[in-house]
Amino acid sequence: MVRVDGGGNGTSLIRVRDLDKRYVRGSEEIHVLQGLNLDVEAGDFVAFMGPSGSGKTTLLNLLGGLDVPSSGSITVAGDEITALSGAKLTAWRARHVGFIFQMYNLLPVLTAFQNVELPLLLTRLSTAQRRAHVETALALVGLQDRMNHYPRQLSGGQEQRVAIARAIVTDPTFLLCDEPTGDLDRRSADEIMALLEELVNEHGKTALMVTHDPRAAERAHAVLHLDKGALVEATGGRG
Amino acid sequence: MAVPLVYNVRSVRQRWVSSVVAVLGIAGTVGVFVAMLAMARGFRATMVSSGAPENAIVRRAGADSEMVSSVPIDAVRVIESAAGVRREDGRPMVSAEVVVVAAFPLAATGTDANVQVRGVSARALEVRRGVRVVEGRFLEPGLAELVVGRNAARTYVGLELGSVVRFGGGDWKVVGVFDAGSSAFDSEVWCDATVLSEVYKRPTNVFQSVTARLTSPAELTRFKDELTSDPRLSVQVDRETDYYDKQSRMLTNLIRTLGFLVAAIMAIGAVFGALNTMYSAVAERSREIATLRAMGFSGGVVIVSFVVEALLISLVGGLLGCLVVLPLNGFTTGTINWQTFSHLAFAFKVTPDLLLAGVAFALLMGLVGGVPPAVRAARLPVAVALREL
Amino acid sequence: MKFLRLVWSNLTRKKVRTTLTIGSFVVALFLFGLLVTIRGAFSGGVDVAAADRLSVINKTSLILPLPISYRERITGIEGVRGITFASWFGGVYQDERNFFPQFAVEPQSWLDVYPDYVVPEAEKQAFLADRQAALVGRALAKRFGFEVGDRIPLQGTIWPGTWEFNVAGIYDGSRPDVDTSTFLFRHDLLEETRQFGKGTVGWYVVRLDDPDDAVRVSAAIDEKFANSPYETLTQTEQAFAASFAKQMGNIELLVLVIGSVVFFTLLLVAGNTMAIAVRERTGELAVLKTVGYSDRAVLGLVLAEAVLIAGQGGLIGLLLAKLMTLGGDPTGGMLATFYLGWDSIALGFLLTLVVGTAAGLLPAVAAMRLRVVDALRRV
Repeated sequence: MVRVDGGGNGTSLIRVRDLDKRYVRGSEEIHVLQGLNLDVEAGDFVAFMGPSGSGKTTLLNLLGGLDVPSSGSITVAGDEITALSGAKLTAWRARHVGFIFQMYNLLPVLTAFQNVELPLLLTRLSTAQRRAHVETALALVGLQDRMNHYPRQLSGGQEQRVAIARAIVTDPTFLLCDEPTGDLDRRSADEIMALLEELVNEHGKTALMVTHDPRAAERAHAVLHLDKGALVEATGGRG
Repeated sequence: MAVPLVYNVRSVRQRWVSSVVAVLGIAGTVGVFVAMLAMARGFRATMVSSGAPENAIVRRAGADSEMVSSVPIDAVRVIESAAGVRREDGRPMVSAEVVVVAAFPLAATGTDANVQVRGVSARALEVRRGVRVVEGRFLEPGLAELVVGRNAARTYVGLELGSVVRFGGGDWKVVGVFDAGSSAFDSEVWCDATVLSEVYKRPTNVFQSVTARLTSPAELTRFKDELTSDPRLSVQVDRETDYYDKQSRMLTNLIRTLGFLVAAIMAIGAVFGALNTMYSAVAERSREIATLRAMGFSGGVVIVSFVVEALLISLVGGLLGCLVVLPLNGFTTGTINWQTFSHLAFAFKVTPDLLLAGVAFALLMGLVGGVPPAVRAARLPVAVALREL
Repeated sequence: MKFLRLVWSNLTRKKVRTTLTIGSFVVALFLFGLLVTIRGAFSGGVDVAAADRLSVINKTSLILPLPISYRERITGIEGVRGITFASWFGGVYQDERNFFPQFAVEPQSWLDVYPDYVVPEAEKQAFLADRQAALVGRALAKRFGFEVGDRIPLQGTIWPGTWEFNVAGIYDGSRPDVDTSTFLFRHDLLEETRQFGKGTVGWYVVRLDDPDDAVRVSAAIDEKFANSPYETLTQTEQAFAASFAKQMGNIELLVLVIGSVVFFTLLLVAGNTMAIAVRERTGELAVLKTVGYSDRAVLGLVLAEAVLIAGQGGLIGLLLAKLMTLGGDPTGGMLATFYLGWDSIALGFLLTLVVGTAAGLLPAVAAMRLRVVDALRRV
């Protein structure tokens, strides 16, 4: 159950209270997020929508520990990440978050297999163990027969699937997706969204997604709009 | 239509860090190149200026340097009376000389250097017109007096005017300093030939070389024929300039060879640096290039444009390298000339043609470093480049 | 190392650029090797000159001789283990330009005092048996194609005439940096044949019982002949060689200057290339950070790349230099030795790593400091 009123009980996986984010551009101070509250439970699929510059990506970055808020708190699975910093935050992120971007951001010099393996290199798993995880992840996204291809040898949709495989290979607490279908054609976009749905509904993943695409947003359980720095619920979505 | 030059100039300025890197690489190479050649030039100039075209130097046949030669006094008399020898007041302009090597400490390091000590005759200055006394006076025959060359006074310890020097088992007084026009003589110490032979316990009626001033440079052939065909003599005759030319050859060649070798290797490195810079430039500006091509500038024009840019960079580098080396001109250093076994001071000689060669070298490097990237720029598929975000 | 593949794959990204940068290191380190070799040649074998040998020359001038009678008198001094002598011949082989040193030596004692000269026993015996025999250094033999049994004529310049010698043997150096470019023949032949200078030698070489005794023995020798018509100047062979090297002037300075110019330029080129490479990969580096690579890890990756490039280039350059020196003296005999020691190679490699690290430092720090948020926004 997704709430934006700050009144959720203690069972939320992700709990945001009074989140504030300001930054300076040139000589202006921009107050992007104000008093934002959010509760997301395990297994939820949330879509964030809003006009350009409304702070959707900023929110995503904060949730993923890529940025620090000006004030407020973010708690994920009991860990208050706003209290972490530096190396600890990085370590937390490696363990708990899977990122999927609009531009696939695969390393072009590595094969699909090696790209997916990247996060696992930071762990103490053996080569064989890593291989097992990677193969599982790639099978899940349906690309096990393209393991040794380079990104340039894959289509746009396939590249994004590899990116998803990389995001899930460490079995993170939740997935953060920033416009995952933004660069894809209609058919590939549908494929990706179907995959995300599958990950959420059949594999119990939690996913938070920023999108412009109404058809992508339809697939989410809840659609939230960013308005004047805070979240409001929207009509639509599958509740 | 050609790509406007201002585009290249601005592009170079915009990527100034990379451009500066390439410039410095080329400047360094050109600097080393010109410096080493200047050193060889300077050494050679010093040796060559030691001779005068109207002077002939006579040594024992088969002796490849003065050091190992011997000419007895009877032979000297014959030489003095030969045709072609210039006479003033009825006296022949001939100087019979003795040459030894003595150890004097170097001012720079305190360790000994082998210095050429020349025992001369009273007429030495008249035979060697390029030499004049600038401090004190010339030596008196028969006395243990020294007249030292300007470079010698500066390079070795204890040869100031008025000082007493001990070598060869005797005490000598420095009575004068001479200027020999930056020739080898400037590094020498002169004294009276007879006194030197006495001190070195050599026969006083044997000399090592005889330098004769002829009435004109053209007289050499006749003079030489007369002496070499004389059965009383066993000598070889050379024009003084040729003699010194030969004496300098080995070391000049060595410096030049090493200089070319080092410069060539550095040039390869500089070209690599230029290539890297230009390739990066092409990569970073691929969209600009594609736009130019889309506008209608042909591939050939693009090539010329990039080559011009490379040449611009290398020209600046070449000029910078020459500029840095220019102050070296006239800088004195010293080394040992194996052929005479003695220390010689000489000055770097940076000449306009060397500087020109340096700049040409720089442009060559720019060309080699500019063409391949330029060709790549021209071959870039336009559509792909335009699509790249 | 599992991260090696990640680092390595980044090198293969832009092959031309990587190759050129490695090439820059190859060139720089090759030049380093060449310069060190040249410097070694001009030091005139200072390092090889033994500490337990003294050279005794005429104090008045290097070119004046010493009487043969001094041999007995020096031998009598305490601390002297052995003594030999030589005279400079200075002959010409075919052409003045084919210069090489020729010494007339006392055969048996010379080889005793110079164990660095290695001669097969049979050839040594031949040298001792034939008065016209000569021993030729390996480098010299290679240069002119001399072989045992050849008859070599030399034109005397000090003592005129044509002198002929039989090559009895070829000597090698006990170490690679020993000078093997000299021509040795017998002093008794010189003594018998020459017209003047009889009863004299060019210089003596004294071997000490104890190297630490050098100062005392030198002083003793010089004192013995002080105020005589032929005063001596005795110093260790090292000091003697060094005095020549010092006269070569600013060779060391020259080498240092060129070397510095080269390394500085190299640093610039490599650093600039690394900076460009990192700049191009901002997005990827950001992704690595989001995946969980810490700032420090990214710093390490970039540095590792730089060091890897430098290391490859440096190794190749140094090995090429070593190969070149194995080919012998390119100036045709003007340099005494042409040798690059392994310790110099090690030093060169160390310098390479330092330069590689320095070149990669700034870009690596930039990568470390990269804020993911800014980088991703750029995308």
